[in-house]
Amino acid sequence: MGERILIQGNEAVCLGAIAAGCLTFFGYPITPQNEITEWFARELIQREGVFIQPHSESGSINMLYGGAATGMRVMTSTSSPGWALMQETMSHMANAELPCVIVLVQRGGPGQGTTQHAQTDYLSATRGGGQGGYKCIILAPASVPENCDLVQMAFYLADKYRNPVVVLTDAIIGQMAEPVEIKPIDFGLLPPKDWAIGGKGYRPDHQRRVIGCTQGQVPTGEYTNYLSLMRALDAKNRQMETEVRFETYMMDDAEVVVVAYGHVARVSKEAVNYARQEGIKVGLFRPITVWPFPYQALRATAESCAVFLAVEDSLGQMVDDVRLGVEGRAPVHFLGMLDRHDPTGAGMLLPGRVLEEIRKLSAEVKV
Amino acid sequence: MSRQDVEDRTWVSGTPRLWVRHPAGCRQCPGCHHPIIERLIADVVGDLGVEDDTVFITGVGCSTRAFAVMDFDGISTAHGRAPDVGTAIKRTLHGRPVVITIQGDGDCIAIGAGSLLAAVGRAERITVFMANNGNFGTTGGQMAPTTLTGQVTTTTPGGRDNSTGFPMHVPELLATLKGCAYSARGSVHTAANYQRTKKLMKTAVQKQIDDTGFSFVEILSACPPDWRLTPVESLKWIEEHMIPEFPLGEFKNIESIQ
Repeated sequence: MGERILIQGNEAVCLGAIAAGCLTFFGYPITPQNEITEWFARELIQREGVFIQPHSESGSINMLYGGAATGMRVMTSTSSPGWALMQETMSHMANAELPCVIVLVQRGGPGQGTTQHAQTDYLSATRGGGQGGYKCIILAPASVPENCDLVQMAFYLADKYRNPVVVLTDAIIGQMAEPVEIKPIDFGLLPPKDWAIGGKGYRPDHQRRVIGCTQGQVPTGEYTNYLSLMRALDAKNRQMETEVRFETYMMDDAEVVVVAYGHVARVSKEAVNYARQEGIKVGLFRPITVWPFPYQALRATAESCAVFLAVEDSLGQMVDDVRLGVEGRAPVHFLGMLDRHDPTGAGMLLPGRVLEEIRKLSAEVKV
Repeated sequence: MSRQDVEDRTWVSGTPRLWVRHPAGCRQCPGCHHPIIERLIADVVGDLGVEDDTVFITGVGCSTRAFAVMDFDGISTAHGRAPDVGTAIKRTLHGRPVVITIQGDGDCIAIGAGSLLAAVGRAERITVFMANNGNFGTTGGQMAPTTLTGQVTTTTPGGRDNSTGFPMHVPELLATLKGCAYSARGSVHTAANYQRTKKLMKTAVQKQIDDTGFSFVEILSACPPDWRLTPVESLKWIEEHMIPEFPLGEFKNIESIQ
């Protein structure tokens, strides 16, 4: 057992990145992720890493594109308005097949919205917010230790598939503090980055390398035309779809299944505990990868349970995926942002409100 | 311009040492100056002997495909973002590579103005070459920030007037910024200017190698199809219309940023 330290979720992101060997960070200030940018600015100097504060989030993501092209592990972090600015180059990176990690600490939208927590970027993240229909693995941690672990996994998956990977947290996961044991995780061997650029003189074969976000148009790689690129990306997407991860809690005899991710999963877990004390057969299904979404596991659950409750801090985004998974086998109810305890940006979905909904649904099941 | 000047241009044909035959090709129109500028880049890198260290970056426009035909590492980027990408490549590898971008005027100072100015502001040790043809060539000749007053484009069908602004003078603008070590404007419409421009481009890359600061060269570039002129008429148009608006020469050349 290593040393356990009490840190914030945003700091855990940074320590996870360092544990994964990422010493290059580009970041533009935006609340509520500033701790990450400031941490790297402070710490990378001591570790002989590279920190650049660009002129915008568009700058961050394009620097990420350049940094990733050199084969180094690179990362940026942002919040919702900045995430929107990054979409164009996310798409270009999917075309150019460049691996990198983007940490999205969600805040409330649309527009400037709030600077506080929310889960309103789920669809933008999971559906590929940029042009052209690309896919990225999206990991959604629900605790500070998980922040650290999933960032490391994100780097591994990015390198494995040569594709951007997004860590989808929110202001609450980012700003709360929990004890964490920082340990580098070994995910296994990865192929060497023979494609990376940086000067042909530094390569044993002395041959140039080219990387293009123009694949499909300019035949620089192995794809001679547009459809050969699309076929390859399709095959990659299907491979990435096998990386499904989820957690179940008290599901064995559950009649009511609460589905939630991120900080709302923590809230829901507490509600499930209270409900169990009252004898209600309720369980929690928590997707860890929100893309690929655990459709199959949810479908299997739908065979044996009576009703689903999707809880998320938005007007309803993940609930669509729950419905896609359940495929009409059971009713899917929704509890969202409008059920927060307070009308300001500080309002939260609290366990009491989720419990109330569980009681209601449980009573309906009995009838 | 004399007939001799036009004939002298034929000597720029032939294949530079650092040129790769690639199915992507350059695919430019007859009379376009992009291949000449790209050839100059290959020659400058070769003359300075830095091909082993060079990373060549293209933006989006008529120069996009150039990254595929140079015999050194290359990368194409999103529209206007070459300075961001170049910054990251240079700094992620702790200053080792020689980073050169080729961008059009639309790429560089329309959509990419923010990236360009930010890179100069940070005094990034990269070199940006901007081909200025006074319009958006790839998309069929729309107005660019560099379009001359009175110039007819597909989005200024009556000629550019004051309501759509005035041509941007990029090297003059960058020269006012502290992070800029070198800024110049050249042209390749005559053999003499071709030689002068090669010198400017070489000096710009040398500034980067010497770790002085940001370096920039604008090169006036003909776009015969979109100008609705023949290649030879285009050379005359550069001489008579572009150069009076965009004077050639160096605007900044310093040994160190104080």
